[in-house]
Amino acid sequence: MKELTLMKGNEALAEAAIRSGCDAYFGYPITPQSEVLEYLSLHAAKRTGMVVLQAESEVAAINMLYGAGGTGKKVMTSSSSPGISLMQEGISYIACAEIPCLIVNVVRGGPGLGTIQPSQGDYFQAVKGGGHGDYRLIVLAPSTVQEMVDFVPKAFDLAFRYRNPVMILADGALGQMMEKVELFEPIPRKTNIEPWATVGKPKTRQRNILTSLHIEPDKMEQINIHLQNKYKKIQQNEVQYESYKCDDAEIILTAYGLVARICKKTADMAREKGIKVGVFRPITLFPFPYNQIRELANKVKGILDVEMNAGQMIEDVKLAIEGKVPVEFHGRMGGVVPTPDEILLKIEEKFVGELV
Amino acid sequence: MDEENICIKENLVYEKPATLLDTPMHYCPGCGHGVAHRLLAEVIDELGIQEDTIGVAPVGCAVFAYNYLDIDMQEAAHGRASAVATGIKRLLPDKYVFSYQGDGDLAAIGTGETIHTCNRGENILIVFINNGIYGMTGGQMAPTTLVGMKSTTTPYGRDTKIMGNPLKITDLIAQLPGVYYATRCAVNTPNNVRRTKKALLRSFQYQKEKKGLCFVEIVSNCPSNWKMTPLESNKWLEENMIPFYPLGDLKSPEGKSIKPQNGE
Ligand SMILES: Cc1ncc(C[n+]2csc(CCOP(=O)(O)OP(=O)(O)O)c2C)c(N)n1
Ligand code: SF4
Repeated sequence: MKELTLMKGNEALAEAAIRSGCDAYFGYPITPQSEVLEYLSLHAAKRTGMVVLQAESEVAAINMLYGAGGTGKKVMTSSSSPGISLMQEGISYIACAEIPCLIVNVVRGGPGLGTIQPSQGDYFQAVKGGGHGDYRLIVLAPSTVQEMVDFVPKAFDLAFRYRNPVMILADGALGQMMEKVELFEPIPRKTNIEPWATVGKPKTRQRNILTSLHIEPDKMEQINIHLQNKYKKIQQNEVQYESYKCDDAEIILTAYGLVARICKKTADMAREKGIKVGVFRPITLFPFPYNQIRELANKVKGILDVEMNAGQMIEDVKLAIEGKVPVEFHGRMGGVVPTPDEILLKIEEKFVGELV
Repeated sequence: MDEENICIKENLVYEKPATLLDTPMHYCPGCGHGVAHRLLAEVIDELGIQEDTIGVAPVGCAVFAYNYLDIDMQEAAHGRASAVATGIKRLLPDKYVFSYQGDGDLAAIGTGETIHTCNRGENILIVFINNGIYGMTGGQMAPTTLVGMKSTTTPYGRDTKIMGNPLKITDLIAQLPGVYYATRCAVNTPNNVRRTKKALLRSFQYQKEKKGLCFVEIVSNCPSNWKMTPLESNKWLEENMIPFYPLGDLKSPEGKSIKPQNGE
């Protein structure tokens, strides 16, 4: 039976980690996501024996994650923007060594120490790399506390299917707000030993080495080609999105995460005024739903991209539509959340005159 | 007697340890890393723990340590080996886990991870090769570079007014309650090699008994970047490094027993 309860996003995510059979969590406190570490410290070890360790820094946490993930178990960390910046070196190593793991970024406003209010300012960092070298994370963007729960087991599945780090990219509001959630039945701990894991070498196999070092350029190029092929496969198979009232829409709002919910409200308000607005919400930010947005562009008059940043995902939206229709932008920064009214105003300002 | 009759099993004093792979090492002639690797392999053999040991290699000249040891290994980012080892050990508490790190790796970029890993008393072994210089990147100053010692970034000798003093990191971490055994060894003489081996053996034994963190510093040489022959470098090590980094236990179950001179 599914359990219905009221939970804060961060705690719901932590509870989902326990129920996903997660073996270990390493992290360092930072607002607005410290509740993940706190909740796990309170509940995890007692209930399941899960390893929960407060590291001395995000640098240590991500490297503990690398080591722990190397044993082939389900491991995760979480942090918020400045902490994730510190983890970038480690994430690059993990991506190259192909160690599955879950990294949660509950984004706050930046740059720098910024603010503890919600933001989407880390889109580029999450989706385009962030650390050094050519690598990609699989990035899932929840828009409800329910998805904070549901994306955890999904993220672990993807991480192991592709031996790739997966990031849940949520904004600070999702971490902090309380909503009704349905919790899934606990999944038993993973017991199989991954063939590539460093768990001690039995006589029956060669030693397992997890490394991102390949000093010969030819070898390093081969590793890169292998990674790029993997990313291509991910792009072919794992795109996820949600479309809301897009079928007959003349204007499309593109938005992800919490902002997509605000946009849905905007669409409803617009339709009451007779403006046919739909919302397209990428759920996977990498792989990005380029094809789906391109198809939409054939049917609509314009796109308004809405984000809590200076315009980051809009670059991918524009890539997708290849200049077929105008793309406008509405963004709020520094922790300010856009309202349905101001988005509607922007729609009217940018598009409505031209529609009539 | 001809060669064939001499090279028989009964006459062999040393054999290649099973844990040591038959791969030519990339280390410079006379470098202490090679000896330290061999000792680790011998100890793993003697304890029969090859199947249960996981190593973490550093960034530094020992970055390829995993090419020589026939065990599962992970390669860490510069300085992060003890955090990586922590992650492994926390998930595999019954396995033997060690990190192998140089002075730049452990005592400069990785100071934070080192101190906190030691302070948590992770039940692992940290092998710390102190050659007083950055070997891999071509001889820059390390935290452990001696006062007056020349390196490419202290071309006039290390000046404490500019670069501070050499860091005796082992003395520092020996103070931490989480550290069970901290010792300083060398591999420049047969006696010192034997003592180092004993220290490694003890460390794995303690790890089996879940006693806490063991830290084995090996004062070593870098003939290439010290710009000396292997023999000169060993002599220099004895005359300069060991007086500043005296060999002996800084912390052990039997109590501290620093020996001010050349170990045994
Ligand atoms: C983040 C980062 N910074 C710097 C380097 C460059 N680097 C490689 S090895 C090294 C110094 C290694 O010296 P040490 O740890 O003393 O080991 P040795 O080579 O002497 O054995 C440095 C600075 C790097 N690889 N990564
Ligand atoms: S550079 Fe120095 S530390 Fe590195 S292998 Fe050569 S002698 Fe050894």
